[in-house]
Amino acid sequence: MSREDYEVVIGLEVHCELSTKTKIFCSCSTEFGGEPNSHCCPICMAMPGTLPVLNEKVVEYAVKAGLATNCKIEQNSKNDRKNYFYPDNPKSYQISQFDKPLCYDGYVTIEDEKGIEKKVRIERIHIEEDAGKLNHDDYGRGSFVDLNRAGVPLIEVVSKPDLRSAYEVESYMRKLKSIFEYIEISDCKMQEGSLRADVNVSIRKKGSTELGTRTEMKNMNSFKSIVRAIDYEIDRQIEVVEEGGEVVQETLRWDDISGRTFPMRDKEDAQDYRYFPEPDLVAIKLSEEYIENIRKALPELPESRKKRYIEEIGLSEKAANFVTSSKYYSNMFEKASEISNNPKAVSNWLMSDIARIMNEKELEPDKIPFTAENLAELVVLIDKGTISNSIGKKVLEELFENPKEPSKIIEEKGWVQISDEGAIREVVLKVLESNSQSVADYKAGKDKALGYLVGQAMKETRGKANPQMLNKMFMEELKK
Amino acid sequence: MQISKEEVMHIAKLACLNISDDEIESYRHNLEEILDFAKTVDSVNTEGVGETIGTNENYNVFRKDEVIDYGDREGLLKNAPSQDEGMFRIPKVLN
Ligand SMILES: [Zn+2]
Repeated sequence: MSREDYEVVIGLEVHCELSTKTKIFCSCSTEFGGEPNSHCCPICMAMPGTLPVLNEKVVEYAVKAGLATNCKIEQNSKNDRKNYFYPDNPKSYQISQFDKPLCYDGYVTIEDEKGIEKKVRIERIHIEEDAGKLNHDDYGRGSFVDLNRAGVPLIEVVSKPDLRSAYEVESYMRKLKSIFEYIEISDCKMQEGSLRADVNVSIRKKGSTELGTRTEMKNMNSFKSIVRAIDYEIDRQIEVVEEGGEVVQETLRWDDISGRTFPMRDKEDAQDYRYFPEPDLVAIKLSEEYIENIRKALPELPESRKKRYIEEIGLSEKAANFVTSSKYYSNMFEKASEISNNPKAVSNWLMSDIARIMNEKELEPDKIPFTAENLAELVVLIDKGTISNSIGKKVLEELFENPKEPSKIIEEKGWVQISDEGAIREVVLKVLESNSQSVADYKAGKDKALGYLVGQAMKETRGKANPQMLNKMFMEELKK
Repeated sequence: MQISKEEVMHIAKLACLNISDDEIESYRHNLEEILDFAKTVDSVNTEGVGETIGTNENYNVFRKDEVIDYGDREGLLKNAPSQDEGMFRIPKVLN
């Protein structure tokens, strides 16, 4: 048996920190960083006698998330207490939601490896509070508790076990990230932990409908680690089964350096959370009107933008998919298209060279170092013939290194295209003179020789000659 | 309502309580009594009564999303048995 004989079944619990100004149950700031315990008060530090009050924005953002992912909204919702002891959890319970999550029964659409659209069902989205942070030092003096993150609002998005590969998991998470960025409920910064996932992986023989025993990897916060960890875990589980063993249900820790998963020291009875209705909070009742007002105020979502780009602007499906994959690309596309009046060129730059460089530099779309105006100017400079396409690529590289107006870049670098007829004729004559063999070849019917001559002229002008003019002028001179 | 010795030990563990062997029986007995008392609720006729969320009939008690800086970190940390660089120092937690 090989990997092909098994089907992989993956479900995800995605935690996303909401970008409200204040925490979920107190008025402390949610700002990232800051001196330890400087964004704290008696409520988020769980001092006796304090009471939580729910932040109205948390409910609104969670409903937004639900509507944007095709969920139904629970009109009679409530909070519940999830009990566990851990030093990053000062109350020794987390206020979460158990049987009445704000949103349920949704889905998002992703593309699988073959580019085929697929629905990933969302079981529920609920609101809860984040835990604090434990710091450790190297001297064994103890652990140090910082509660700045304690009480930061989260939504947890629980998918059905609909994902079948690491590729699909990445597509799904990117889709959620993109949607949450579009509707502006989270900055989704994975490096700051504001988007992270618990990944449940199991395998089963193809054709089987029963779910295999799953293992869980907690708090994964980079796409790269998630993909590597899942691929590793699939191979590990298949090996266990192939060798006649059984997969044990356990929580695993992924180690990026060794590229392996390790069983976590099991918090025994960890699953026994003894949920009960939170007695310190009252019910959340949402009217039709409240929900409809949020629905009406939702910004245009990627699916709709994609449709518009294909139907109104004439982008290919592939281009429209790429451009809408992130709010940052999409916004840049719209703005740069409007200024340059050349949406196809803008989408080509985004999809090819910009995507390639972003990839090489391992940058996420929110980290594009230049503006839509910069990109628009680049497109216009090429359209006007001020620079050639190949110089354009050099300008783009420069925009990543040292972003400023493209016109300034080409001026400083002396990259303005030579479109002066006299100057170009001079180069053409010089090249013809020193390449008599190619001239003879061309006259003998070898058309390829023309390309060589144009290439030499480009070399001579360090890529600055206008290629159309070069071509035309060579033809003229060679006919003489 | 029957409670087993194992259940008592499990609950004690979840609550991080050390219970000695000779205490188990009294806890077991007390828990049974509590559950039997709570069972009284079952005798109420709830036919036609809708589901309630909590005992407080109030709902939608919300707070505006406006930052108020508490501003007294010293005070918050003051009663901690041990602190270091603005953090609570606790016995080393292994992960
Ligand atoms: Zn607070």
